[in-house]
Amino acid sequence: MIIGQIKDGIVLDHITAGRGMEIYKILGLDKLDCTVAMIKNAESTKKGRKDIIKVGQVIDLDFDVLGYIDPGITVNIIEDGKLAKRQHLNLPERVRGIIRCKNPRCISSTEQELVHEFRLTDPEKKIYRCIYCEHEAPKTLD
Amino acid sequence: MKNLIDIMQMSPEELQELVDRAMDIIANPAKYADACRGKKLATLFFEPSTRTRLSFEAAMYELGGNVIGFSEAASSSAAKGESVADTARTVGCYADIIAMRHPKEGAPLVASRKAGVPVINAGDGGHNHPTQTLADLLTIYREKGTFENLTVGLCGDLKFGRTVHSLISAMSRYAGVRFVLISPEELQVPRYIITDLLEPNGIPYEEVTSLEDAMPELDILYMTRVQRERFFNEADYMRLKDSYILTPEKLRSAKESLSILHPLPRVNEISVAVDDDPRACYFKQVLNGKYMRMALILKLLEVNI
Repeated sequence: MIIGQIKDGIVLDHITAGRGMEIYKILGLDKLDCTVAMIKNAESTKKGRKDIIKVGQVIDLDFDVLGYIDPGITVNIIEDGKLAKRQHLNLPERVRGIIRCKNPRCISSTEQELVHEFRLTDPEKKIYRCIYCEHEAPKTLD
Repeated sequence: MKNLIDIMQMSPEELQELVDRAMDIIANPAKYADACRGKKLATLFFEPSTRTRLSFEAAMYELGGNVIGFSEAASSSAAKGESVADTARTVGCYADIIAMRHPKEGAPLVASRKAGVPVINAGDGGHNHPTQTLADLLTIYREKGTFENLTVGLCGDLKFGRTVHSLISAMSRYAGVRFVLISPEELQVPRYIITDLLEPNGIPYEEVTSLEDAMPELDILYMTRVQRERFFNEADYMRLKDSYILTPEKLRSAKESLSILHPLPRVNEISVAVDDDPRACYFKQVLNGKYMRMALILKLLEVNI
């Protein structure tokens, strides 16, 4: 399968195999008018299999969101057909407005317009806790 | 420090500063009689409480200040659907400092971001109750003269007991402290206390089910109530509520120097026959709570005496 190189845009590489579509949806790539390629289960020397997303224009990315969902992703910014910048992601210290606290006793379950916020408490186990009630963040987005 | 939401916001040095202030208040009450003249404390209690609210109010009156507030959500704008943030912002226009109790975990943190005046967490659901921990700490300090090298037993509802979690967190920072966690399996401390606090910091602890077996080694015994309101299921509550009752018989094997604490209210987990035992400190603890709240109000209002 051949997918052409992009002149100006972004390549999200080393996405954990199977998570590409999730990231495609969260980043709202379906709303773009430019070329977007989703490659599933590409061969990877590092990971065996990986997903890749190529976007045919430079868009603003929330690195915290990406880092939270899949910290192994590499973001490549392409300008004029060349690699202009490569960024490896880390787990963000805080995530706001991405995941929701599931604790029914938490103030975030009732308070109007309160942004759900979590802080990283265990980087090794990737554990985030709600800043309001300290409950562990759910493992999946919804 | 502008607010007190979680006891772990305070360093051991800041805690010691509060303890020292409380000890000075106890020794020289007249010196503080006008310390908060012209200041107002708002007690915003969205769920019932006797001792915590009265303790805050007594503390402010003894500092020469005034108190406004409400003691149940039904008599506040929350009944009309007002958010915690809006209530805090409004009350911040009237009061110099706020003490808030709320059934939702994290509500005082939300309030502290909007109030514009210091906010004290007076209990947020099953989460934190830092001023109870201040009362516990002053009691331990007055009884033992130190926070170090103590074997601290915590007994009863260690799962939902917010005072237990805060006390373990606070005491875990002192050298030589060892915890004995005494509870039925259903009410053991949440796993994150073990995995995030005790084990990574190498703090010795053991989880046991027998109060009698643990008794002889304890310097502090912190009893807790099995709280009906923390259960979703009445049958579970009825089955477990009498699991751990302290009686004079069980105290026979205890050290003479043991100090028995309880955040109160007590239902039946400490027999009234224990009340006259010199090792019973739980009513002293109530008084110590008032002194620590006085010290905290002075600190947050930046009143220098």
